[in-house]
Parts: sequence; structure tokens; C-alpha cells
Amino acid sequence: MEALGLLLHGFAVLLTWKTLVLMMVGLVLGIFVGVLPGLGGPNGVAILLPLTFTMDPTSAIVMLSCIYWGALFGGAITSILFNIPGEAWSVATTFDGYPMAQQGRAAEALTAAFTSSFIGSLVAVLLITFLAPMISSFALKFGPPEFFAVYLLTFCSFVGLGREAKHKTVISMSLGLLLAGIGMDTVSGNLRMTFGSSELLRGINFLVAVIGLFGISEILLTMEERLALRGHAASISLRVVLGVWKDLPQYWGTLLRSSIIGCWLGITPGGAIAASFMGYNLAKRFAKDPESFGRGRIEGVFAPETAAHASGTSALLPMLALGIPGSGTAAILLGGLMVWGLNPGPLLFVEHKDFVWGLIASMYLGNVVGLVLVLTTVPIFASILRVPFAAVAPMIVVSCAIGAYAIQNAMFDIWLMLGFGVVGYVFKKIGIPLAPFTLALVLGNRAEDAFRLSMIGSGGTLKVFWSNGLVGSITTLAILLLFWPAIDALLGRAGLWRKSVTLG
Amino acid sequence: MKAAITLAAALCGTPAFAAWEPTKPVEIVVAAGAGGASDQMARMMQAAIQKNNLMKQPMVVSLKGGASGAEALMYMKSGEGDPNKVLIAYSLIYMLPLSAKIPFNWRELTPVSVIALDQFVLWDNSAGPKTVKEFVEAAKAASAPFKMGGTGSKREDHVLTVFLEQKTGAKFSYLPYKSGGEAATQLVGNHTEANVNNPSENLEVWRAGQVRPLCVFDKERISYTTKVTDTQSWADIPTCKEEGVDVQYLMLRAMFLPGKVTPEQQAFYVELFHKVTQTAEYKDYMEKQALKPIFLTGKDMVQFLEEDDAINKSLMTDAGFVAK
Repeated sequence: MEALGLLLHGFAVLLTWKTLVLMMVGLVLGIFVGVLPGLGGPNGVAILLPLTFTMDPTSAIVMLSCIYWGALFGGAITSILFNIPGEAWSVATTFDGYPMAQQGRAAEALTAAFTSSFIGSLVAVLLITFLAPMISSFALKFGPPEFFAVYLLTFCSFVGLGREAKHKTVISMSLGLLLAGIGMDTVSGNLRMTFGSSELLRGINFLVAVIGLFGISEILLTMEERLALRGHAASISLRVVLGVWKDLPQYWGTLLRSSIIGCWLGITPGGAIAASFMGYNLAKRFAKDPESFGRGRIEGVFAPETAAHASGTSALLPMLALGIPGSGTAAILLGGLMVWGLNPGPLLFVEHKDFVWGLIASMYLGNVVGLVLVLTTVPIFASILRVPFAAVAPMIVVSCAIGAYAIQNAMFDIWLMLGFGVVGYVFKKIGIPLAPFTLALVLGNRAEDAFRLSMIGSGGTLKVFWSNGLVGSITTLAILLLFWPAIDALLGRAGLWRKSVTLG
Repeated sequence: MKAAITLAAALCGTPAFAAWEPTKPVEIVVAAGAGGASDQMARMMQAAIQKNNLMKQPMVVSLKGGASGAEALMYMKSGEGDPNKVLIAYSLIYMLPLSAKIPFNWRELTPVSVIALDQFVLWDNSAGPKTVKEFVEAAKAASAPFKMGGTGSKREDHVLTVFLEQKTGAKFSYLPYKSGGEAATQLVGNHTEANVNNPSENLEVWRAGQVRPLCVFDKERISYTTKVTDTQSWADIPTCKEEGVDVQYLMLRAMFLPGKVTPEQQAFYVELFHKVTQTAEYKDYMEKQALKPIFLTGKDMVQFLEEDDAINKSLMTDAGFVAK
């Protein structure tokens, strides 16, 4: 119960007018930053970081983390309304969120996204509050084999549980893996596939690809089909919000599953993106009618959003406790900590109680205030849909271009984004799924590094992936998921067979 | 604001050069990822400059860590004549062109000042061997690969590992991680047996008692005597030479402008970073991260760079890391 006392102390630190005002300012800025495609949380926090240099550390982190929460909420808005994921982990939200908007259920989808974000964060904050010391030692158990096993699990769950034809998923994933190999190879220290170009040195940025693949290709498709944003005017009312909330309890399984996946993957660095995809796929797997996913099912919004936010929030824990940032934004907050004279690490919890518990308390408060704020502003965002396509489309393209440029201040990235727009258009036309491609692009490098480091460390034997209980069970689970359709069919036949025996 | 300009002009030693100052926000280019040693240093300077009003224009940190930092080098190279970009460089300026054949030569940039030297320390898990001697014996006796973690491939950490092998006769499996922070936590989690991190990269895990410093790769001990842990200060770490392993390596931390800037512009930054080294923020940072103070500019700096380049080149050649 020590945690509870400390948390109350945290609230005491927090509840001053000054901090509350900073919190509101942070949230509004964050939502704004999240709505602009490509700008996203990490860039927003980076741009606003210098503002906080002269503040005391607690006020500074409260404001910055509120920008982060705001951006997390805001990222869902463009995913649902325009099929343009503002953040890497919003990709899975587009699968069902965008179809919902097309069917005129934008308000419902947005409410679902915000609510599940809130639930995911809340679960993660509760976890941080009570399990902080235990969790940080769990994260230390992850060496290269464990990391590789987690990435393998993500890839396998995609192939095994995906709705699309298996060969198309594999084609898409392989292309993504190929492009992920461009640039410097950390393990050998050599350049690969750069063909002497200095633009290709840094590799292909994931966000640039995503903005093109999803955003630009969507504009191209819409232009081809008819000159109107496919979606109806969304009017959000208290009735819609309450309607979504009333149905919440029946999705408790999805929410709980996604929260657990999110927390687990958030604590192991780099997991937020994997979490949203895995949350989505598992929700589909456990549904009675998996076919209805991807056609505007509300669970398809609940699942990835809950997982992404649970993991986005819990990613702060390894950052504070170990100094390993679990996400891009966490990495920038880490830089901020250093400037304010705080060193993240195991001793932070002992030496700077005010700061740590002030931050944790701000997670509770920030999320509650954030939820109210986004719900009340939904009508404003949803009304964007009522503007004629001819007016909105150029604005979206410009905003995509700015986003792509801002990531690395490179003109080349704008051309790359346009190129990916065409690729995305062609993929959609010939029915190759985009998600496995993006997943491979973002995780390909890390998976490869983890695999090769495991091999160096084990002297080249694959047994290392079953060398302890943790890595062994993840690897086995991954392989089971990969062959799930076959296993499912087998089990089904066995079940039928048994049934016929009992009948006979 | 006017007073600040007059003051800045008065502080400037050579009034003729005081004419130039940045008219746009100045970008401080970091050739590494977020949270690494270069990034921390850049943020410290950004804060020191802002808090002490050393410059009218704001300073922004721009992370260009792609391709192990090659991105930053190419970015500086292409910024010829642009006085609003300043690179915070380290030994990659010598090593990357050799190992990865990056078309870059530091002589094409404008040197501003060397602001610090960074140490390397041999660390092991606090549950591991207690002295260098025991450590070397353990490495020799190990049947499975004896894992040494580090940042990147064919870079400082990797070179040091090769030299440790040559001097001690032990064999290590070098695991290249993306950052020093990752190498630190992997050591704490017992996924590697040792690393050769900079002091700043392992400071927190050392304070938490999770890792142990075995020796420092310099000819003399680190000068800071304030206790860092309950029992030890930086000065308590023996040199590797004292412990019978004669391997030395120091890494520069230096500021560069792009090529073809005017002498006035160069002079502005020399003065600016000189003032930065006088601030409390800088001094505090140097001690906390156990950096070796140094301030070189002009001819001294170029001579230092030439010598340092020659040392790095011969180390890289001996280790077999130069691309054909």
C-alpha cells in the first residue's frame, strides 16, 4: 500500500492552478499535433521541448506528457476520418475505423477510439503504479533471442491469423523486409542497397512510407472513383457517446486482452506498433465471425486502440526505470529528463519521488481531462467530413507533404512519399494487403539485428530460441500461430470426429 | 535586448569579427540517436546557451543518427556555406569513411573547437569477476562465446574489443547494439558479460550497483574525486595499464561548421562555445559524465585532429576494419 500513499503525494504535488493550466495547454497542443498527419507525438514533443527548459522538472514533464497523451488521442482522428494514420500504431485503427466513417458512423468510431484509448492507458497506469519495481526487472530479462521471438510472434500472427490470402500476405511482408534492409547494417557496419546515394543512407523512414501508402493512395483512389469524401456528415451527440459506452461491457474480453498485450509489449521496447497489430489480429481470431472485420466493426477499433495506448503509456516505465525508451516519444522525453538534471534509471524512483509520482498522478488526471476534451471537440473534427472533397484533398496532400518533410527535413522524402502513394494504389487495386508491408518495414531491421545478435551470442545454434522458459514459450507460440489455419482445421476435424463417435 | 548585443560585442575578443551573428535559428546536428551521449551533450549546450542568453537566435537540436551517424556527416557536407548548422562530432568522422566507405572527409568542414574528451571504461556485471585479472581468466576459461556488448560495428567499442583480445589473448564475441544505453541494460540483464561504454552511458546502472567498472582506457586515472556510488568515485577506477592491460583510447567531442563559411562566422562560434565552456551547466555536465576537459581551436585544433586521425586510422587498419 506504499504505492497508494506515494500516489496521493503525487496528486498533492500536481493539484496547483499552474500545473492544471499547463496540463490543458499540453493536451490541446497535443491533439492539434496528433491531427496533422505525420507530425505526430515525437515531433510535437521535440518541437515544444525547449519551451520547458526554464520550468521546474515536474511542471515540464506534466506539460510534455500531456502533449503526448493529446497526440495519442489525436492520432486516431485522421486514421478514422481520412484513412491516414497519424502515428505508426494508428495503422490498425484504419482497418475498421475508416470503413465505419464511410458508413456514416464516424462519430461512433471516434468515440470508440477515444474511449478505448482511455481504458488502455488507465490499465497501463494502474500497472505502473502498483508493479513498477517488478516490471523493470522483467524488462531486463529481454536479450536478443527474446526480442527476436517477440518480433517473430508478431510476423507469424499476421500470416496465420490474417484475413487475406496467405501468399499475398507473405509477398507484401517480404517486400517490406526487403526495403527495411536499405541503409546501414548495424551488425556488420556496412551499407546495403544504397547504390551510392546519400539520400538512401538513412534507409526508408517508416512514417514517410505510411503517409504515402495510406494517405496519398487513398486520395488517388477517391479521385478515380468519385470526387467526394466517402463518408457522411457526422454529428456526435451525447446519445452516440452513451450508446457506445452502454455497449462497452459486452466487449470486455477484447478490451482486457488488448490491454494485456499492450502492457506487455510496451514494457519490452519497440512494442507499441506490434501491440496494435497483435491486438487487432487476436480480436479477429477470437471473434465468432472474423469475416466482418475490416468492414466497419466497432471491435476493430477497440482492439488496436486499447493495445496501442496501453503500450504507449507503459513504454514510459522502462524509460523512467531503466533509461530505455520504449517509443520515439519516450526517447525525446528521455532527452528532456537529462536537460532538467534528472537521470533516468533505477535510482530515479528513490531520489526523485516528487517527480516520478507527480508524473504518474498526471497520467491519471491527463487521461481523464483528455477524454473529456476530445469528446467535446469531436464535432469540430467530424465536421471536416462535410467540407467538399475538392477543398479538403489539396489540404490533405499538403499536410501529408509537410509531415513527410518534417520527419527528417528532407525533400527526398516527399518524392518517396509520392512513390509510396502509387505503390499503395497499385497494391489496393490488385488486392495485396498493405499492413504486412508496413509492419515488415518497421520491425524488419530490429528483427534481423536481434536474430543475428542471437546467433553471434549462441555460436550459431538455433537452440537459443528454446534456451529458457520465456523465449521458448514465445517462439513456440509464434510457430503455432503461423500454422494456425492448419491446426484449426485439424482440431476441427478431430472435434467433428469425436462428435460423430459420441453420436454413433 | 540591445544591452545583450552590446554585452556580447564587448565580451568578444576581436571586435572586427563581432559583426556577424546568426539571423536564423541555429541547428545543432547530432550524429546519433535520441538519448545517446551526443544528444545529451547537445541538449546541455542548448539549455546552457538559452539560460545564459549567449545567443539571440534559438538553438534547435536536430537528430541525424541515420546510418550510424553517416546521415549527419553527409548533411553537413551538403550544407556548404551555411553558417546556421553546427555538428557535434566524435570519432565517427575518422572511422565511418574507412569502414563504410562514406564519401566524407572532416577536412571539408570548418573546425570550430574541441570541447571535451570522452573516456572508455571496461565494465562487467556486478555479479561477475571483480578485477581485470579475474575477468581475463574467466574469458579465457569460458566454453561458450564470451559476449562483449557495444555500440555499432567497426567503431570505437569494436576496435577496443579487438585490442583487448590482442593484449590479453582472450576471445570475445562482440555484439553490436544500436546504442550505448542498450549495451548497458543488456549487461545488467546478463545477456552480455561486459561492455566498454563511455562513463555517461553506464553511470546510472553503476550508481544502482548493477555493473562494476574494472579499468579505464587512459594513461591516467579520471580526475573527479566526488563519490559517485557509496564507496567509489571516478578517480577510484584503476587504469587498464595499472591492471596490466596496456590499451588506451580517448574520443574527441568537437564542434564543426560546414565548409566554406566566412572567418567571421567561424569566429562567432569559437567565441560562443568558449562561453559555453565557462557556464555552470557545462562544468556540471563534464563532472557528472566524467568527461576530460579540453578546449582547442584554430591551429591547435587542426594539429590535434590530424594526429587523432592518424591514430584512429592505424587502429582501424590493425583491427582489419578498413573496407577495401
